[in-house]
Amino acid sequence: MGIIRARKLGFDYYRYDENGRIQEASHAVRSVDLDIEAGQFTAVLGRNGSGKSTLAKHMNALLIPTEGVLWVDGMDTCQESELWKIRQKAGMVFQNPDNQIIGTVVEEDVGFGPENMGVPTEDIWKRVDDSLKAVGMTAYRYHSPNKLSGGQKQRVAIAGVMAMRPRCIVLDEPTAMLDPNGRKEVLKALRELNQKEQVTVILITHYMEEVVYADKVFVMDQGELVMQGSPREIFSRVEEMKKCGLDVPQVTMLAHELRKSGLKLPEDILTREELVDALCQLS
Amino acid sequence: MIRDITLGQYYPADSVLHRLDPRTKFVGTLLFVISLFIFHTFPGYGAATIFLAGMIVLSKVPVSFMFRGLKAILVILLFTVVFNMLLTPGRVIWQLGLLKITWEGMMQAGRMAIRLVYLVVGSSIMTLTTTPNQLTNGLENLMGPLNRIHVPVHEIAMMMSIALRFIPILMEETDKIMKAQMARGADFESGNIIQKAKNMIPLLVPLFVSAFRRANDLAMAMEARCYHGGEGRTQMKPLQYKGRDYAAYGILVGYMALSIAFRIWGI
Amino acid sequence: MSIELKHVSYRYSPGTVYEMRALEHIDLSIPDGQFIGIIGHTGSGKSTLIQLLNGLLKPSEGQVLYNGEDIWGEGFSRKKLRGQVGQVFQYPEHQLFEMDVLKDVCFGPKNQGLGQAEAEEQARKALEHVGMPKELFGKSPFELSGGQKKRAAIAGVLAMNPRILILDEPAAGLDPGGRDEILSQIAILHRTRKMAIVLVSHSMEDVARYVERIVVLNEGRVAFDDEPRKVFAHYKELERMGLAAPEITYVMHDLKARGLQVDTGAITIEEAKESILKALKGERR
Repeated sequence: MGIIRARKLGFDYYRYDENGRIQEASHAVRSVDLDIEAGQFTAVLGRNGSGKSTLAKHMNALLIPTEGVLWVDGMDTCQESELWKIRQKAGMVFQNPDNQIIGTVVEEDVGFGPENMGVPTEDIWKRVDDSLKAVGMTAYRYHSPNKLSGGQKQRVAIAGVMAMRPRCIVLDEPTAMLDPNGRKEVLKALRELNQKEQVTVILITHYMEEVVYADKVFVMDQGELVMQGSPREIFSRVEEMKKCGLDVPQVTMLAHELRKSGLKLPEDILTREELVDALCQLS
Repeated sequence: MIRDITLGQYYPADSVLHRLDPRTKFVGTLLFVISLFIFHTFPGYGAATIFLAGMIVLSKVPVSFMFRGLKAILVILLFTVVFNMLLTPGRVIWQLGLLKITWEGMMQAGRMAIRLVYLVVGSSIMTLTTTPNQLTNGLENLMGPLNRIHVPVHEIAMMMSIALRFIPILMEETDKIMKAQMARGADFESGNIIQKAKNMIPLLVPLFVSAFRRANDLAMAMEARCYHGGEGRTQMKPLQYKGRDYAAYGILVGYMALSIAFRIWGI
Repeated sequence: MSIELKHVSYRYSPGTVYEMRALEHIDLSIPDGQFIGIIGHTGSGKSTLIQLLNGLLKPSEGQVLYNGEDIWGEGFSRKKLRGQVGQVFQYPEHQLFEMDVLKDVCFGPKNQGLGQAEAEEQARKALEHVGMPKELFGKSPFELSGGQKKRAAIAGVLAMNPRILILDEPAAGLDPGGRDEILSQIAILHRTRKMAIVLVSHSMEDVARYVERIVVLNEGRVAFDDEPRKVFAHYKELERMGLAAPEITYVMHDLKARGLQVDTGAITIEEAKESILKALKGERR
């Protein structure tokens, strides 16, 4: 069974009025069936309000489903007794780089997770060393996080999660507050982690370029899982993506427009090399 | 740039004092301050001066840093000196109309001034040679016994270190908020006290909202990293007394004995 | 309306160990009604530059002239200037504070000395111009979505009726739909209010699509200052500066290199499509 598995997962947010009665209920997530295989680089796409962040927070039991079930490595997130085991297996990195760093020195922050888990002091140091190396931040271990760039801070956050030796990392829009270079840094670190350490990566995002190299993509809209497949399969469905409030890579868009104008181009063009090759074949 | 200012101004260097356990430094600073009140003659203060000078040299921190803290208390210092000089009864040595300075007043002013200055410099030495996290770790450890009377020691220490971590961030945010509001014509400078207080609202509201949001995010991040209170936590950098700490305690005991001896012998 | 930077330099913490030269000898002229994009790697001096334009920062060297007057000269009111040179910062959360959206947008006009009724009128107009639905006027700004907050923030500055609007990454953090909406709204503002717009952005595609002129900053100096096509033609140099050109530019250059007679100056999807179709038709003859 996949490392993350959901059956008919549903989550409602309730808004209460002054008397404690339910004023508004919004169905953030509705009836989602999901299977994420271990070791894969997965992406979850969706516009703001599509429910993707809400779904992500179920994956480490920050939220418990109001309907249906979610299993992390076989453990039901509703079981309170499994809570800390689940959070060790599925680590999470958030959007705001500053608001997840606790230590005043990089290496101390990376050690925070293992300290909480009761790992013996010597092992903590080994994990901190390994994690910093895995994200390429060893040179900054004595630095104050305040002096780092956004991309570097997020890498420290990732190292902090890796130090807990999880089986998968869920990242909730980790690059939304970064500049293009920072985004590249973080993506590179994630791909390396996925390939070298075989960590399952689950990336929640709305930047299309980040998704191009994923193994599998899930698309959410209005709380439901509306599409799933490889990046090629998803991006070739340009009109549906637009309806979900999403974009496709510029190259895919151009190919789509050219096809609409009558050119016979393959439907699943993702990269500029593919487009150029296909066009040259036509001429 | 604002982010480079850490509270208490830790000055990184490799000195004996830097390498001491923070608990030793806490206790040492406390004892030193007590000694300032035990000594009450100039030979006594002379001994304190030698001790302080010795610490300054050992710390390898430039002397100018030591005296930065004094800027903050300059006003209090001035008040203390002036009041003590003018209001202490005794043998008058100078008079101008109703203002009189007494010999006893000068002595008292001198004593208070030395105590105040040495107190600030002494505490500065501690904060200059100890990182904020070491300070909170040390305090957490020292306050440990309070756990038995249900004081939430770990939680207090955790709050202090998170506060230290976020002070520079909030300072920078205040700057950004000020600029954004100034861009809309806000004026933080002119007006009387009431005016100025009102003008702070467009600054304080976004700041507070932001602080609460950060707190919420941080709590989620801490839970995601398995934080569940102080129980069962291990430490990455556990505090352990070394040889030099025992030596330091020895010196402190000797110094305190000297101060008590001076007092008993009337020096 | 015109803003001119004459030989402007800015240094942070001058004379200390932390001294940092953010801008060196910048000469820049912003005429009335122009839509300008400012791009540059992080640390190139973009935010410093825009804060100099409305007197939030004082130049270490050089002059900033508004309609020919030195804004740091005797008796010049920079507070008044900021009603003319509007600036919207990157995160609306740093600005929204009032009980409801309308009151918040009134803050700017009130600071300009307008009475309640006049301020409200300006506020309503501004909110309409940014496409904010009327039902939201009475809501707390903290309940708005990301895109709506951005609109409220822009309205808050627009209500002061500035002659020029400076926006620092207005689309940051928004999803693709939100980005499109806010940028096209800004383009509409430019057309209908005939005001100058300065857009600071990291997205080459956004900049290529909307602006008439691009200023590229690199390490505190102006590297390029020209129309978009000409600037992106220097894509190799842009790369060396840590920037890029829009994806389309690379595609066009690759095609040209492979023998297809396309216009390498095309920087938007529409232009690229036309050029490619034309080139292929040309080949078939």
